[in-house]
Amino acid sequence: MTLSLIRGWSAVYWRELLILRRRLSRMAASMAVSPLLYVVAFGWAFGDRHMPDGRTYLEFLIPGLAAMASMTQAWSMASEINISRFYWHIFEEFQAAPVSHLGYVLGEVLGGVTRTLLAVAVICGIGFAFGVPLHLGPLFWLAAALNGWVFASLAVASAMLVRTHADQALATSFIITPMGFLGGTFFPLERLPDWARSAVQLLPVTHAAGAMRPASYGLAPPLFSYLLLAGLGLASFLLAARCVDRARD
Amino acid sequence: MLQIHKTCHDSAGEGQAEGRPRASAAPMIQFEGLTKSFGKVQALAGVSLEVGAGELFAYLGPNGAGKTTTIRILTGLCRPGGGQVRVGGLDMAADPLGVKRLCGLAPQAVNLDSELSVAENLDVHGRLFAMPAAQRRERSAELLEYVGLTDKARAQVKALSGGMKRRAMLARALMHSPRVLFLDEPTAGLDPAIRRRIWALIKQIQQDGTTIFLTTHYIEEAEFLAERVAFLDQGRLVALDAPAALMAGLGAWSVDVVDNHHMESRHFATREEAQEFAASQENGFTVRRVNLEDVFMACTGRKIQ
Repeated sequence: MTLSLIRGWSAVYWRELLILRRRLSRMAASMAVSPLLYVVAFGWAFGDRHMPDGRTYLEFLIPGLAAMASMTQAWSMASEINISRFYWHIFEEFQAAPVSHLGYVLGEVLGGVTRTLLAVAVICGIGFAFGVPLHLGPLFWLAAALNGWVFASLAVASAMLVRTHADQALATSFIITPMGFLGGTFFPLERLPDWARSAVQLLPVTHAAGAMRPASYGLAPPLFSYLLLAGLGLASFLLAARCVDRARD
Repeated sequence: MLQIHKTCHDSAGEGQAEGRPRASAAPMIQFEGLTKSFGKVQALAGVSLEVGAGELFAYLGPNGAGKTTTIRILTGLCRPGGGQVRVGGLDMAADPLGVKRLCGLAPQAVNLDSELSVAENLDVHGRLFAMPAAQRRERSAELLEYVGLTDKARAQVKALSGGMKRRAMLARALMHSPRVLFLDEPTAGLDPAIRRRIWALIKQIQQDGTTIFLTTHYIEEAEFLAERVAFLDQGRLVALDAPAALMAGLGAWSVDVVDNHHMESRHFATREEAQEFAASQENGFTVRRVNLEDVFMACTGRKIQ
């Protein structure tokens, strides 16, 4: 019974992997561009400065960039699905197959999480290249995967709701980009005013950065962040399945 | 089955044509009272039809008549506003995944994954229908040979011509051995030579036992391929019968008379009658055989394209 609820997920995920394999070198290169520029611009400007905890700014920045990438790369699924739905019409191939809505969403979300982990690996590689020490244990990757899960699910939901590619770009500009900069990625939240600090605590990426950063230092990350991301992941996954069902109308 | 004159009369009045399959065939597709609206636009206004097992059925109408909406409902891409759909005896509302397992779809727009190879597209389709790996490999090789694309198996779809893409879509739709194949404008935009090659394939698929439900706005496509045709206009069924029977309801020969940029067609039982009428005309004329477009015009007062 449980398996029938997610029928077809492996086929959807397999297609994502085939496309990922086809584009791997191009995607890895494009995943490296922005983080590299941030590291060069901010790292070389402030890299030797020390944060309140005594670590260098680069040590602070790299896990923040990884948290941001776990959001943006997963969210980029929205554009892909949007294009495949309205331009290539590939979404119809899934709709016409005996694939459950949950199965379709699971396949796409796993595709998004895979991209997320690849992007985070690229950023960690950049960090190593700049001599940043990173402890890449399971809790670091788990936080990245959970954040990727949340935003890949939201990406599927968004791709089903918007009517044009331009609407999709609008959502990215007004929601995702500000989140990426304000969610504890580039600067410590302690420097924000109280009201702003409270507001950014509502963002999933804040908790992803808050978990990935201590994990990358080899410290114990806050359990609450993992529970919150898991809860948001479940809610956004179910929302995505609902939106896929409604897309039939 | 309704005669053309009765059908046309109904379309002008309150009724609609009724669709029953060939007497010898059990219905494979049945839909009754199918309705669908998009905002204030009514795409389907209570269409009922049955298509027999093994039948090659053509669904004709101008752009916007509701053909694609019907196919989208029958294949589960879209929910009907009202009415019932059964395919292979299964109720779409109760068992949508069961219905989808029976159906193959080649939609109007080419929707192959352009970055994947032809074989990869077929493989993904097989996985979507839960086919085992060995069966996927075997069936894919068979079908690519069937549609003449064996040498293109590893080619990326974006490198194929329009005709090859259409053939690849047919192969993909047949991958899971569907009992019903829905073809939405399968030759749209193709040149005449490629179109005829696709027609031969479609005929072959039907002869191999698959029920085919085809939409087209190419009159000659329906005349050549279909055992029965239905005309749809503004979401209503306006005529339904074998092409020959529909055309026989008008006559055998037509004369197109051009007068002040306006063309009018008259229909006659014999060529002699048609030529006699044509000889009496002062303006330009063409004598030709009656076709399905004449039937559509007689029913609706408009050309199909």
